Amino acid sequence: MRDLPFRIIVGAFGCVLALLVLAIGVELTRQSWLSIQKFGFHFWTTDTWDPVAGQFGALPFIWGTLYSSLLALAIAAPVALGIAIFVSELCPAWLQTPLVFLTELLAAIPSIVYGLWGIFVLVPAIRALEIWMPEPLRAIPLLSGPPLGVGMLAAGVILAVMIVPFTSAVAREVLQTVPAAQREGAYALGATRFEAIRAALFYARTGIIGSIMLGFGRALGETMAVTMVIGNNPQVSASLFAPQYTMAAVVANEFTEASDELYLHALVEIGLVLFVITLVVNAGSRLLIWGLGRSGRTRPSRVADVEASAA
Amino acid sequence: MNRDRLRRLISSAFVGACALAVLLALVPLAMVLFFVVRQGIGSLNLAFFTSMPRPVGEAGGGMANAIVGTLMLTGIASLMAVPVGVMSGIYMSEYAGTWLAIALRFAADTLNGVPSIVIGVFAYGIAVLPFKQFSALAGGFALGIMMIPIIARTTEELLLLVPNALREGALALGATRARAVFTVIVPAALPGIITGIVLALARIAGETAPLLFTSFNNRFFSRALTQPISSLTVQIYTYAISPYDDWHRQAWAGALVLVGFVLTCSLLARIATARIRRLRG
Amino acid sequence: MTHQVSSPTRFTTGLSVRDGRDPALNQAPKAVKIDVEHLSFFYGVKRALEDISLQIQANLVTAFIGPSGCGKSTFLRTLNRMNDIIPGARIEGHVRIDGLDAYASGVDVVKLRRKVGMVFQKSNPFPKTIFENVAYGLRINGLAASKSELAGRVEESLKQAALWGEVKDRLHESALAMSGGQQQRLCIARALAIRPDIILMDEPASALDPIATQRIEELVYDLKQAYTIVIVTHNMQQAARISDHTAFFWLGRLVEYDRTDKIFTNPSEKLTEDYVTGRFG
Repeated sequence: MRDLPFRIIVGAFGCVLALLVLAIGVELTRQSWLSIQKFGFHFWTTDTWDPVAGQFGALPFIWGTLYSSLLALAIAAPVALGIAIFVSELCPAWLQTPLVFLTELLAAIPSIVYGLWGIFVLVPAIRALEIWMPEPLRAIPLLSGPPLGVGMLAAGVILAVMIVPFTSAVAREVLQTVPAAQREGAYALGATRFEAIRAALFYARTGIIGSIMLGFGRALGETMAVTMVIGNNPQVSASLFAPQYTMAAVVANEFTEASDELYLHALVEIGLVLFVITLVVNAGSRLLIWGLGRSGRTRPSRVADVEASAA
Repeated sequence: MNRDRLRRLISSAFVGACALAVLLALVPLAMVLFFVVRQGIGSLNLAFFTSMPRPVGEAGGGMANAIVGTLMLTGIASLMAVPVGVMSGIYMSEYAGTWLAIALRFAADTLNGVPSIVIGVFAYGIAVLPFKQFSALAGGFALGIMMIPIIARTTEELLLLVPNALREGALALGATRARAVFTVIVPAALPGIITGIVLALARIAGETAPLLFTSFNNRFFSRALTQPISSLTVQIYTYAISPYDDWHRQAWAGALVLVGFVLTCSLLARIATARIRRLRG
Repeated sequence: MTHQVSSPTRFTTGLSVRDGRDPALNQAPKAVKIDVEHLSFFYGVKRALEDISLQIQANLVTAFIGPSGCGKSTFLRTLNRMNDIIPGARIEGHVRIDGLDAYASGVDVVKLRRKVGMVFQKSNPFPKTIFENVAYGLRINGLAASKSELAGRVEESLKQAALWGEVKDRLHESALAMSGGQQQRLCIARALAIRPDIILMDEPASALDPIATQRIEELVYDLKQAYTIVIVTHNMQQAARISDHTAFFWLGRLVEYDRTDKIFTNPSEKLTEDYVTGRFG
């Protein structure tokens, strides 16, 4: 076999890629061992984060990460699906490429730039909203707290903006795998556009859920923009207006300040858990999306085309 | 009849809602671009590119050290990521369907989804802690890890687009697999692969989190690989969270440079991709 | 409807043979170039070729005919081991070329393919210049010692492929700018350049117009002075026009192998007769 040396060399480079993923897991575990040993699972159920006293409980960060990501998802998922449907099913063909390009730009803008915009444009706007908020409404826990501007709402909005392009791009690809026969079948039964698209969405439901999960994975690990607008206060609060903290943000903020080893290991453990969570979420979403792709990729079709040919 | 009217109404409302979603997503894009240009353009001049940061209270100054730093960091990252990424992509496409190729694709997608801050922590453990020294190399290493999966996946995709007939043609002439790959298949996909590398560069040039505790920051001009080095993104971050208006202006100007670079790369890549598609018919 | 055999000059009565290895086939004795013995071919668990034995003689044109999916192309590709690159493919039996087993362990596939050239159904010029396409096999196999020798062999090959006159003034233009027929002759020139003994042609004219097809057929006729040619075709008239021997494949089996005139006028098998008279397929 003359090809064997080639295969081995190219494969060796590939193995570097695969080993990197393993190495991240191993290294993060190694660097957080002190904290894992000392606190165990307790680390994730206590909410006292006091580096000076050597007390490390990561509950506020888990809470903040999940809260901000779910909030972002609630805002972003409908918008992203709307974009995916509009671009792949509804809009005229000439508009497709520019719209895809514009949503790609949304993904291309660096996190730090969103953060900068967040600090100087979004946060003041949210502060104005909070000040305007009538007193009775502020009694609701969801809207309580002083009008700081920075906080959960700002983080959720900025995260939503950042994950829309990911979810819409994947959802668009997923919709393109739906066979034309699905839509034609619906139209043949006298379906309206909405009903035909609903049929297509139902057909592609696992992939659509996968695309939303992929956005969720992005939101969980997003760092800079969130750090800059969430207020960085380790507390468990239900309020949209309360300054809170996320796992990624606490690592970014406190890592270089970690004075003793236990503190550093506690921060790395947060990174390790973030790594594991995003790994699981991403793997799950890939499986959902790939599963759909395998079950028969057929000729791409669009509702607009079906209608054009029917006309 | 009434029921049908309702159905049509729902359908129209749905179409309208989808169009509205598109507009809704374009609002932040327009706003970010508008503010970056409006706030940044005032402080953007030649001095921004050629002079060093000024201390607090002195207006003006520039980000020469940070721009050089970003160029160096992305350069180090590319040196590491291009060979690994391209070769992995070649393996995935040439031996598609083998268990290693499937594992590699999964690893690449996984690595692509790892939060950048986690990459930073990893690079800290590997490239900073053992040497007790923040360094440009550590920062480049972190960015390189982020670049590898992007390059690997684009290379794979573009190599798979090369017609199998070309591969068979080369093999039938007595080419080895390696010869066929490097003399026919990769050259045929080269414009696309370069496009992928450019996009990966644009993506990592805008990364901040992996640099915070690897290359750290440096107030001074440095080209030493083993010393901390400034970067555009970390510098913007430092300025943005400071309380000084002068620094805020600098941050906006830095953001404008960054966005300009990223958008130029995306636009070029987009044009290149469109041309490649057209040539392929 | 029945087909008129177009080559009455070659019309001679012959013994009917069912087994391709029957020595009666060697009426005008020529050297056996390719000797296939009990060859079976599997894709995974599916058997694509069943126990095929036949001998192909030097300096003749041998045509493989049969309905699509009958295995004729698969069989052709076993002769230069092009099926090796298909994952899950497995082979049983022997293919001997000049008496040497092509599938014996230790056989250098690269050398084998140098000896057994191949032209594909769809022309597959590399995205390089005309000159570089023809020079490709010479370069990778190190067959030209000097620049002038390289140029000489390129010219010679293009002349053999009856293409020189049309392209001699634009050797350094892209091969992709040529017409379909020219591209196919370029691929033939490319195969000829490394001076193989055998040329396998997999429906070389199926994508071409009648005039270009005629030129390819004339070329095949000229080339058989120097080469052994095996050609797969779905076009029965073409097989009748250009080949000396014809093998009819059906469902992965070799049904009949004989002189071409015999196959088309007086086949021994009912199946062959049904096929060549157009009763099925």
